[in-house]
Order: sequence, then C-alpha cells, then structure tokens
Amino acid sequence: MFTFIMEKISLYAIPIIILFIVSYAYFVKKVKVYEVFCEGAKEGFSTAIKIIPFLVAMLVAIGVFRSSGAIDVIERYLNPILQFIGMPGEVLPMAIMRPLSGGGSTGILNDIFITHGPDSMIGRMASVMMGSTETTFYVLAVYFGAVSIRKTRHAVAAGLLADIAGILATVWICNIMFS
Amino acid sequence: MINAIWLGLILIGIVISMFTGNVQAVTDSVISSSKTAVEIAIGLIGIMSFWLGLMKVAEEAGLVKALGRGLRPIMKRLFPEIPEDHPAVGSIVANVAANFFGLGNAATPLGIKAMQELQELNDNKEEASNAMVLFLAINTSSVTLISSSVIAYRAAANSANVTEIIAPTIIATAISTIVAVVSCKVLQKLPTFKRETVEKTDVAVGGDK
Repeated sequence: MFTFIMEKISLYAIPIIILFIVSYAYFVKKVKVYEVFCEGAKEGFSTAIKIIPFLVAMLVAIGVFRSSGAIDVIERYLNPILQFIGMPGEVLPMAIMRPLSGGGSTGILNDIFITHGPDSMIGRMASVMMGSTETTFYVLAVYFGAVSIRKTRHAVAAGLLADIAGILATVWICNIMFS
Repeated sequence: MINAIWLGLILIGIVISMFTGNVQAVTDSVISSSKTAVEIAIGLIGIMSFWLGLMKVAEEAGLVKALGRGLRPIMKRLFPEIPEDHPAVGSIVANVAANFFGLGNAATPLGIKAMQELQELNDNKEEASNAMVLFLAINTSSVTLISSSVIAYRAAANSANVTEIIAPTIIATAISTIVAVVSCKVLQKLPTFKRETVEKTDVAVGGDK
C-alpha cells in the first residue's frame, strides 16, 4: 500500500509540479512564462560545464583507487573490526564503495544478490546501505563544482561521519530486524 | 582534508596496483573516468536548463519564497546565516522535497540552484560557507523515503520480499542525516575548518560566529 502510494507520487509529481507552476505564474501572477523560462534556462549550459574540472578530478582519483584492487587489500585489514560491529565481511566492499561511486556500488549490490541472494542477511544489509547513503564524493564534486568552490572546509569530514553513521546504523538495524 | 583524501586515493591506488598487477587497469581507468566525468556534465545540460527555467518562472510567481516560508522555523534553526525571504530557502526546500520523494532527476538541478543562491550570500567565493557545507551534508546523507532503484534491483534478483528494506532504510538514513547536521554544527567551529576570511564573515552575518 505504502509502496503503491509512493509509486503514484513518483509518477505524477513532476507533471503536476510543472502544470501548477506555469499556470499559477501565468493566470494568477501574469508572468510572461515563456520569456522568463528561457531567461532562466540559459544558465543551464554554463552551470553544467563548470562542473567538469571538479568531476574529472574526483572521478579519476576514485577510478584509480577502484581499479587498483585496493578495496580487497583494505578488506583484509578491517576484518577484525567488522566482527566486532557484527557486519559480515561480504558487505564491506559495499560500505567502502558507497561514498565513492554510485555505479560501483550498484555493481557490488547486484554481485551480492547473485552470490548470496537478496533475502540473505548480506543482501539485506547491502540493500539498506545502498538506499540510506549517497555517493558523497560525487555529490560534493557536482554541487561545489557548479559554484567553483575549491576550499571545502569540513564538508568531507561531515559527509564521511554521516556515511559511517549510516553504515553502523544499517548493521545494527538489520541485525535487530532480520535475525 | 579534501586534498589529503584526493592524494590518498591516487597514491594508494597506484602503489597497490604495482603489487596487484592492475597497472594497466589503473591507466585505463584514468582515461575512462575523465571521459565519464565529461559525459555526466554534458548530460546534465538539458535537465539543468529545464529546471533552472522552471524555477525562474516559479520565482517570478513568488512560489519559491512561499515554499521557504512554510518551513521557516526549521530552516532558521538549520541555516541561521540565510536572511529571511531569501530565495535560497525555497530552493533548499525544493531540493530536499525532490530527494525525499525519489525524484533524482529534479533533485540535482534544484540542489545546484540552491548552491548558487548560497554562493551569492558567500563573501569568499572560493571557500564554502557554513550553510553550503550543511546543505551539501544533508544531500550526501540522502534524505529519501523510498530508494526506488534498490527496490528495482531486488525485484530483478527475485527477492521474496522486495519492500522489507524500506523501514530499515528510512531509519538508517534518518540517523545518518542527524549525524550530518550535528557534525556540521560542531566541525564548523573547529580551528582546522575555520573560514579564512573570519573578520569579513563576522560583519556579513552580523556578528554570528
């Protein structure tokens, strides 16, 4: 039921928002909708282009790290900690990849589903982890890149703390709910 | 910190690749990642233009301000630096709402729009303001009600109970968002993360540290 409502919201939200904004602007506020729309839209190109250097820097560093096999090496060293917090070792690649790469973590999620099944504890933890955090470094490059912010201050620290909290919360909740 | 992490990813990656025999893979990924970055940015142009256009219409009609006004009490707490009635408030609310309902395509352009408006209030254009970091952290911690992509992958993998992960996901994402907000508020006061233009900031935000 809940999912059904959410699906409907996802389906109708955008068309209804568009319809509401343009008709309210035109009929109630007498805004010259086409002219104003074009004026706003012309910023789109320059904004998207501005992101490129930031995104290249970020994605190359992440790409190098991923393709080197470093995640496997880290996995070996972190295993004792994992047992302590109750996280199966198979979920660790997901926890490391999630803040770095959306595509990479999607790949790991599907690998886990094939190897362990979506209804195993490992599959469930990976699912919750995937859904509960974002690709921190990608979002940072895009959002700060669009306004050419180079000095990010505490953004990385706060983002990573939130990611760690999300991962620990996932392990904790899944162990309570699913065992 | 971002410099250290960026260097760390490259350094660890290249050194480890020498031991694991993945040197060629590393070289390939430099080329393909650069290409992907440009493709992502180019792919954003259309949808970015659309939402910036629509938001401009919404702004002229006074809808962005109205959106911000509804959540003013919470927003004032979270973002004390943003003046009341500034369009940034409305854009932030629009972005969080789009994320919340899983409208990813709309969320990114709206988030960038909000970031641009926060940048207008920022007096050092190269350095992130407290409001910008907090807004980013809220976004990276993912405020979403239903992660539709995860549900789709689970369904594709023939899960017996596709939606059982919804409740735990909401709890986990709420915890990570709370941690994001709290750590921003704490970290922004630390000397390491202090703004380089402290005196100017003091004047700009009326004596607020």
